[in-house]
Amino acid sequence: MRNITLSQAVNEALAEEMRRDETVFILGEDVAEAGTPFKVLSGLVEEFGTDRVIDTPISEPGFMGIAVGAAMTGTRPVVDLMFGDFIFLIMDQLCNQAAKTHYMSGGKLNVPLVVRTNLGATRRSAAQHSQSLHALVAHIPGLKVALPSSAYEAKGLMKTAIRDNNPVVIFEDKLMYNDKAPVPEEEYLIPFGVANIKREGSDITLIATSSMVQVCEAAADILAAEGISAEVIDPRTIVPLDEEALLKSARKTSRVIVVDEGHQSYGITGEIASRINEKAFYHLDAPVLRMGAMDVPVPFTPALEDLTVPTADAVAANARKLVSGEMIHAA
Amino acid sequence: MSPAKKKTNTEDYLRMYRQMVRIRSFEDNANQLYLSAKMPGLTHMYSGEEAVAVGICEALTDNDRITSTHRGHGHCVAKGAEFKEMFCELLGKEEGYCRGKGGSMHIADQSHGNLGANAIVGGSMGIATGAALTSKYLGRDDVAVCFFGDGATAQGLMYEAMNMAALWKLPVIYACENNGYSEYTKTEEIAAGSIIARAQAFGIEAHQVDGQDVLAVNALAQRLVDRARKGEGPFFIELMTYRYHGHHVGDINREYYRSKEEERDWKENRDPIIRFRSWLVEEGLASEAEIEAINAEVKKDAAEAVEYALNAKYPDPSEVDMHVFTDVKHALA
Ligand SMILES: Cc1ncc(C[n+]2csc(CCOP(=O)(O)OP(=O)(O)O)c2C)c(N)n1
Ligand SMILES: [Mg+2]
Repeated sequence: MRNITLSQAVNEALAEEMRRDETVFILGEDVAEAGTPFKVLSGLVEEFGTDRVIDTPISEPGFMGIAVGAAMTGTRPVVDLMFGDFIFLIMDQLCNQAAKTHYMSGGKLNVPLVVRTNLGATRRSAAQHSQSLHALVAHIPGLKVALPSSAYEAKGLMKTAIRDNNPVVIFEDKLMYNDKAPVPEEEYLIPFGVANIKREGSDITLIATSSMVQVCEAAADILAAEGISAEVIDPRTIVPLDEEALLKSARKTSRVIVVDEGHQSYGITGEIASRINEKAFYHLDAPVLRMGAMDVPVPFTPALEDLTVPTADAVAANARKLVSGEMIHAA
Repeated sequence: MSPAKKKTNTEDYLRMYRQMVRIRSFEDNANQLYLSAKMPGLTHMYSGEEAVAVGICEALTDNDRITSTHRGHGHCVAKGAEFKEMFCELLGKEEGYCRGKGGSMHIADQSHGNLGANAIVGGSMGIATGAALTSKYLGRDDVAVCFFGDGATAQGLMYEAMNMAALWKLPVIYACENNGYSEYTKTEEIAAGSIIARAQAFGIEAHQVDGQDVLAVNALAQRLVDRARKGEGPFFIELMTYRYHGHHVGDINREYYRSKEEERDWKENRDPIIRFRSWLVEEGLASEAEIEAINAEVKKDAAEAVEYALNAKYPDPSEVDMHVFTDVKHALA
């Protein structure tokens, strides 16, 4: 199988869906000739023209609102939000409008749109360009949330998102745009709500999202060398969440760490940990641990920024403690 | 409250010149730091727009506040900041203005009234207007200047803030730096109609000025600042200017959105520093030798500050959870 970058994978997914369905179009800042600052959309305007790859002014609430209205009336907009941090600007249109329209209309109106944006720190981009804010939207009923962890997922999840009749927010890891992974030439879709067991193991389960999947795979390597067998699971979408797959693994290994790059408090890790606690409690040999980004705004200086995100060493260290029983009474 | 300084003597003109050269020199060094991979992250150069920041900030005192943008080094220098603390901030060092926590896009200098750069386009519209509200509320006569780009005029917040500023007659000056582009897009493709008409719709007095002419900018700013102090604000200025570098330091191949000829024309025929320098010499306010001496001095200052910053310490890891809250030393302790 060929290897392509995450950026190319997203580009292909959009191109294929736009060829398949004329109602799909992209709108956002510098998406056309510039192909976005990350160059993810390069070449699309050449194929689809400026009627379908639409450059907007720097008006996030405005073009988000326009996308909601367009989606309600027969098109399938893909909103390009340059940085995940700008989600704060579109919150009203996304959460008060898009998320609730289907419900409030008693199922009569649909909002089939996709917001594609990103997450991830350690790019030295400081506090307003480094946040991982997926928990904010996952909290709002009516929004689906996908977190691709490689080029393969990025393509398959994007295609599913575009065909979904609900508003979907996809967060890509901006540090992964140039990372290559095997991606089939032939068409495929990845269904929402189906977790992927990246690596099987028997001693401990590492549930990891997006950027943290790589981190947990590296942690699993470290642990394997010490004779600890770690299972790594990527939920791929957090709404809907493949609870069964996570519970199954938890019951099997009896120890779980949930690792996600959003702030640890009130985040994805807490949600998943408590579901495991509620539904697999009697199978557990240790408290479920959460590892998220430190609860501080992301600092600019590399000397501090690197301290704020979970690392493979830190995950391995916690795993060791859980496996040795050290943390059973510590949590 | 100290009244705004009068710009009628040679000393003031030479200070304006020096400040513009300082900005250019700061940016040349910052660009080099980026290109030699000594600076973390990326940054946006102010080169070419010096007359805007200097013309306006020279009409202000330390008590007057400004809000700045992602392209903020120029505002910071013009408002009185020191090279050493600025370079330390760009390199993420402890002695930086923000102890390395903010970096280029969030540089702030509380001591000179710079409330900070902002990485959210248009994000400081409310902040500057709020600073003006404080001034009025507390019965002070200081003013606030909100710097922002042409691209930021697309943000709805601007209209909400301007409406309130006009209703409440706040001492705020909206300074729109129209450099013809927002990122890789021409202004006419993202802004329908006239920019100053946007302010005029709220009954705000609005002016357009050549942003490459520091004397014109300063004369206008001086007048509007004086009037804003007397409660005649708000005001709006559109400053026609140009950025010499790419949108950010990594934006090297940019011919697909703007031509080399256009760049050359602005640099060769409208450069604010060259223009002002010729004027100073023609008017007999400075000799070529004096000008060269200023240039050399600034260059040396900048080189020393860079050297200092490169060797300065990073903040201690224990700082990571400091400053999350004002009254808590370590938020996660
Ligand atoms: C709310 C928001 N949207 C998008 C961006 C990305 N961005 C950074 S600078 C910029 C262009 C700003 O143009 P302008 O206001 O004209 O300022 P200039 O860069 O020309 O000085 C964009 C789109 C951002 N930082 N914040
Ligand atoms: Mg601009």
